[in-house]
Amino acid sequence: MDNKLIDKKAKEIRREIIKMLGEAKSGHPGGSLSGADIIAALYYKEMKIDPSRPDWEERDRFILSKGHAAPLLYSVLALKGYFDIGILKTLRKTGSILQGHPDMRKVPGVEMSTGSLGQGFSTAVGMALSFKLYNKSNRVYALLGDGECQEGIIWEAAMAAAHYNLDNLVAILDNNGLQIDGKCSEVMCLGSLANKWHAFGFHVISIDGHNMEEIVSALDEAKTVKGRPTLILAKTIKGKGVSFMEDRAEWHGSAPNQEQVELALEELK
Amino acid sequence: MDQIATRDAYGKALKELGMINDDIIVLDADLSKSTKTADFQKVKPNHFINVGIAEQNLMGIAAGIATTGKIPFASTFAMFATGRAFEIIRNSIAYPKLNVKIVATHSGVTVGEDGGSHAAIEDISLMRSVPNMTVIVPADGVETEKVIKKIVEYNGPVYVRLGRSKVPVIYDDSYEFEIGKFSILREGTDVSIIACGIMVSKALEAAEKLAQNGIMAEVINASTIKPLDAKTVIQSVKKTKCVVTVEEHNIYGGLGSAVSEVLCCNYPAPLEMVGVMDVFGESGSPDELLEKFKLTSTEIINKVNIVIKRK
Repeated sequence: MDNKLIDKKAKEIRREIIKMLGEAKSGHPGGSLSGADIIAALYYKEMKIDPSRPDWEERDRFILSKGHAAPLLYSVLALKGYFDIGILKTLRKTGSILQGHPDMRKVPGVEMSTGSLGQGFSTAVGMALSFKLYNKSNRVYALLGDGECQEGIIWEAAMAAAHYNLDNLVAILDNNGLQIDGKCSEVMCLGSLANKWHAFGFHVISIDGHNMEEIVSALDEAKTVKGRPTLILAKTIKGKGVSFMEDRAEWHGSAPNQEQVELALEELK
Repeated sequence: MDQIATRDAYGKALKELGMINDDIIVLDADLSKSTKTADFQKVKPNHFINVGIAEQNLMGIAAGIATTGKIPFASTFAMFATGRAFEIIRNSIAYPKLNVKIVATHSGVTVGEDGGSHAAIEDISLMRSVPNMTVIVPADGVETEKVIKKIVEYNGPVYVRLGRSKVPVIYDDSYEFEIGKFSILREGTDVSIIACGIMVSKALEAAEKLAQNGIMAEVINASTIKPLDAKTVIQSVKKTKCVVTVEEHNIYGGLGSAVSEVLCCNYPAPLEMVGVMDVFGESGSPDELLEKFKLTSTEIINKVNIVIKRK
């Protein structure tokens, strides 16, 4: 798919995120919006998937390690046809398959139940390791948050991924710089994420996480890397696409009201 | 009586499984010589993964492997498996009901010289409280081998609790283990002694001595703590009218609690517990520690005498 078309898909994803959170009246818009371009590139260009066969053995795997961005994943899965798009309005409601954080036993296309930070990445390493061990060609993509990198398990998993030469694993870091309590640099400084991941044995590619050309070319580059995993450090803006949400920590975990939904959708036309 | 540590039996069972089942992957966190997963590594090195000293990642990686249709066995000491990595087990293994076999060794006070920091006395309680989790505590080497082979046939998360020290062999090879089924090792009418793990042989010893004084104890090996074999417990206690539970684990949250829950709701009867009395372990030789923490056949007999008077 052409990059311009993927950009359009990213906008559709953002619209669904806003609509779904408006209906749910709770949830995480900021970190869902910041990852929209990345997830659009993965689902509309990069990954080997077949929405009609969510259990297809040859499929690539996407793990939303920053599980609170569930609306991001649900939007793209619905738009790809994994389930009826009407279900999106049931997000977070009693009896819905769309739990506040993704549940692999409830939603077709969700590869791992995530939400408790750091764990998704560790399981992604396990998947990549298994594929490697059995000489399978499946690739594994994990979307991480920057605040999430404060979890110790992230670094345990990073060490293992490099140690076992998992070149079938691509971690994408949604580096929006904010977490619930404020700026990552103020809550718990992460230092140089590029240097850290490099030191842990990853091939690091730094990009603008809202520039489709850069996203696509980083994913292409990752495929050429042999013997070690790749970390795409994607500089993003939390709340990207909705002016009043952009770069504001208070939109990490609060949903827009009806008026704000309408304003946001107007901007996302 | 032959003596074998359940961890040694684990190593042997894994090795045999590795030869016939290509789907098995064994993971350890730098304790493979102690947990005996190194025995598997010798025969199938490319299916053995050492994650280093990183128990949280041990469980996360095992969960990821399970999603690819393979059968991971994750091993480390009981303390680190269920304590350090509790929330990874809870959220990444049990919550999505993934087919991970957590086999932990060095449980209870008989971890010995390493002391209280390493002696898991709360692991059964922790694992029992998690939905979807099956909890098994084999009594000897034979049962351990049977358990390990049986859980491969079951699709779902399992916690198996093993020990460091040698324990008497009580079963012969004809024994058949079934998940969720207690085995009655000795029939009796005066008291039900329900024991698990290394305490089963002590319960048998106690029953032998009690018989000399005319007290006929029924001895039950409660190897599957969850799901608990309520039927066998209730049937036995209907006959004996009283029960003593025996475990090398804190009296809070373990076998004693599990049996109490079943009896209170179904057939209330006097119950006494032999176990670790809500204190931490300490350094010492395993045998001396069992004496010190009153995990002995003498203590079982004491509790039997008390509980019988309460009928």
